[in-house]
Amino acid sequence: MKIRNILILSAIAIALTAVSLLIGQWTYSWMPPQAAAESQLVDKLFSFLITLGAFIFLGVTGTLIYSAIFHRAEQYDTSDGPPIEGNITLEIVWTAIPVLLVFWIATYSYQIYEQMGIQGPMEAMHLHIPIGMKSASAAPINGDAGIVSASPTSSIVSTDATSSVIPFEDIEVNAKQWAWVFRYPKTGITSTELHLPVNHRIRLAMQSEDVLHGFYIPAFRVKQDIIPNRNIDFEFTPIRIGKYQLTDSEFSGTYFATMRANVVVESPEDYKKWLAETANRKPCTANNQAASEYAQESKELIKGWVTVAPAQAPVVNYSN
Amino acid sequence: MTNISVEDITGDAPQQEPITDWKQYFSFSTDHKVIGIQYIVTAFILFLVGGIFAMIIRGELITPESDLVDRSVYNAMFTMHGTVMLFGWTFPILTGFANYLVPLMIGARDMAFPRLNAVAFWMIPIAAILLMASFFVPGGPAQAGWWSYPPVSLQNPTGNLINGEVIWLLAVAISGVSSIMGAINFVTTVVKMRAPGMTFFRMPIFVWNVFSAQIIQLFGLPVLTAGAVMLLLDLTVGTSFFDPAKGGDPVLFQHFFWFYSHPAVYVIILPVFGVFSEIFPVFARKPLFGYKIVAISSLLIAGVSGIVWVHHLYVSGTPGWMRLFFMLTTMFVSVPTGIKVFAWTATIWGGKLRFDTPMLFAFGALILFVFAGITGITLSSVPIDVHVNNTYYVVGHFHYVLYGTVTMGMFAAIYFWFPKMTGRMYYEGLGKLHFWLAFIGTNLNFFPMHPLGLQGMLRRVSSYAPEYEFWNIIASIGGFLLGVSTLPFILNMIGSWIHGEQAPKNPWRAIGLEWLVSSPPPVENFEEIPVVVGEPYGYGKSEPLVAEH
Ligand code: HEM
Ligand SMILES: [Cu+2]
Ligand SMILES: [Cu+2]
Repeated sequence: MKIRNILILSAIAIALTAVSLLIGQWTYSWMPPQAAAESQLVDKLFSFLITLGAFIFLGVTGTLIYSAIFHRAEQYDTSDGPPIEGNITLEIVWTAIPVLLVFWIATYSYQIYEQMGIQGPMEAMHLHIPIGMKSASAAPINGDAGIVSASPTSSIVSTDATSSVIPFEDIEVNAKQWAWVFRYPKTGITSTELHLPVNHRIRLAMQSEDVLHGFYIPAFRVKQDIIPNRNIDFEFTPIRIGKYQLTDSEFSGTYFATMRANVVVESPEDYKKWLAETANRKPCTANNQAASEYAQESKELIKGWVTVAPAQAPVVNYSN
Repeated sequence: MTNISVEDITGDAPQQEPITDWKQYFSFSTDHKVIGIQYIVTAFILFLVGGIFAMIIRGELITPESDLVDRSVYNAMFTMHGTVMLFGWTFPILTGFANYLVPLMIGARDMAFPRLNAVAFWMIPIAAILLMASFFVPGGPAQAGWWSYPPVSLQNPTGNLINGEVIWLLAVAISGVSSIMGAINFVTTVVKMRAPGMTFFRMPIFVWNVFSAQIIQLFGLPVLTAGAVMLLLDLTVGTSFFDPAKGGDPVLFQHFFWFYSHPAVYVIILPVFGVFSEIFPVFARKPLFGYKIVAISSLLIAGVSGIVWVHHLYVSGTPGWMRLFFMLTTMFVSVPTGIKVFAWTATIWGGKLRFDTPMLFAFGALILFVFAGITGITLSSVPIDVHVNNTYYVVGHFHYVLYGTVTMGMFAAIYFWFPKMTGRMYYEGLGKLHFWLAFIGTNLNFFPMHPLGLQGMLRRVSSYAPEYEFWNIIASIGGFLLGVSTLPFILNMIGSWIHGEQAPKNPWRAIGLEWLVSSPPPVENFEEIPVVVGEPYGYGKSEPLVAEH
């Protein structure tokens, strides 16, 4: 190959790399705020995959578009192109490159997966944590979750917890057509709004009364299906004070889209205050969009069919 | 001269007896070409039906509130849209092309079992009519999504035995049986009916890919059909395979379903890869780069596709080791796929390119496919999938595959073989207009779904939070543009079929047995079965393809 070609190729490669790295950085702005430790890990992995992906996409389509512009046949040229049928070295190289990439991507994904400590429902937390600690509120969280090392930015509440002890917070989640109900076992209160203390490892025990539902908080990047007749355990760590949305991620019937709930992440003091105040409230029926839509005649232009009736509207200590 | 060379087969031979009587297309014909066109036209009609449902979906989603259709209607719309597009459009049109082309390409007079072939076809309109009839039963059509997960699919608010879901399951089972018949026929035809000299490594890639795809059908479809029948039993006679209220396991259904339905994606896309492999060499006037490795990679894709289905179940109660194992196998599919993409790129590189409509569509589809491949890799990674599973990111990804690649690829195929099938040329100007509307429409429609999904907008919602409105408006505009893009196509096809210029035998100067016969081909295809002496894709080599007698 001529020196000139090598220079041109290297220049292109450098430019491609630069652009891909830029796009990779850009990915962070495509996501909701990083409100849980898990989200930082997921975003890092996504950025990496998009950087690689952008390089490949631009490389391949760039080559194709270059050909489309510069390798056109002249109007009356009916001759054939060069009859090149293959090139063993090239074919081996471009088989080897994807194989290596696959192993690289898989390994990195695996590491992130480990760090997230996603608890598969079949190897519930009991396997990881000594039995005695289950109800303890001061179980130490070790580095295996890799969460507390997350570097705090100004908007993220400082996690000086790195060295200190983070207690677990156990909450029961009950999903039904179409409502979420949260129960705090230590105080016995129920709510349709999920309140969480910041920088604490949250442990959910999730159940469904009827069909599949999905627990999903986009700002946390965590998701888990809830399967009837099974206890699903789930863990994550919120790290940013604020109000977020919980949605149902597994299609659950007619009013599926209305099955949302607020998630309030607050300082441990506010959280304790909320628990205490709520404990003094009398339970009453919560507002429920599915129930009220079901009761009214539909307001849409085109009317529909008979539908499954919503489950009993939740009776809770706290609703918004 | 004892051999026919490339130059010889490009000339205009006098037209042979064409099949012209249009009534035969409404008959129980056993001619593979008639059946092929029956499939293609039926599929396109169903594409329009599925498209109308899509327009209603996009109409509803143009505003955050649920204000156009009732929520139950919305749910029926996306369920029927997905069902009709997959079981009514992609599978049948690909079967149609395979039916038309495989016997011609391998030098056979017909399929191995012509009657079975006709029976398989006629089950498709029956299934389609059944599906449409479900709009008129109390309770309306199925509303549980095209994958019909229990327990939602088992909820039957009307209490009637005849309900949308039952009809849906019957229709899916019928289409499954039809596909199994087709698969037996294709595999037998490719193995048994090849012309003398047509060795496996002389078969066009399109035939290789149909063959690989139909092998998937043979191992996958029985599993899907079993799952559908078990669900039907749960729904009608009260068995408890999947019903948790009676101790059944709903996740088991997901395994049954995806064990087939993931490989089904490759059943759909492999023939499209075949179309790419036919079109690029012709319009670049170069041999297909790395023919053998491209052929083998098809079989590899078919093989690996059998062990990836759990990537749809990462968040549905799947243990960690399983998530990781299936992550690796899923990513591995990108290796044979990457090989193909590189091979096409190398074929195009340095060619003498001509951008007639078939090439435009194939070229555009390839670019959209590369994009879909990149997002596909991100989806296979467990931590990313945990975030975007069941969001619009997935919907965006698979529409780049299903519209960008498969549907655009099928348009490429239609324009490419239209002269062969009808004996007429289409109008180039309308074809190009169709391409640009479709290409721009696809990107406007499906690109916004990626940021929406990353932001957390879920699929299958009939209303959404106001912050998602901007991208949804763009997507809806793109969707309507796609609707508009089919108009020049319909105009072109009908107009050309009636008034189009007479097509020569081989308008593209292509190499392949199907271009040796007149346009349209005579009833038994070949006066005398050709003896193949050369490799496919001999562009620029002036080697003979068939022996002269
Ligand atoms: C005009 C073109 C199209 C538009 C505007 C469109 C739009 C949509 C939208 C908005 C959804 C999401 C519904 C939801 O799940 O919330 C959807 C779902 C789907 N689409 Fe399309 N689509 C188009 C073409 C196609 C084509 C050509 C195919 C297949 C070849 C296809 C296959 C599917 C499938 C399988 C689903 C999933 C349905 C389900 O979730 O049950 N679509 N489409
Ligand atoms: Cu739900
Ligand atoms: Cu899949």
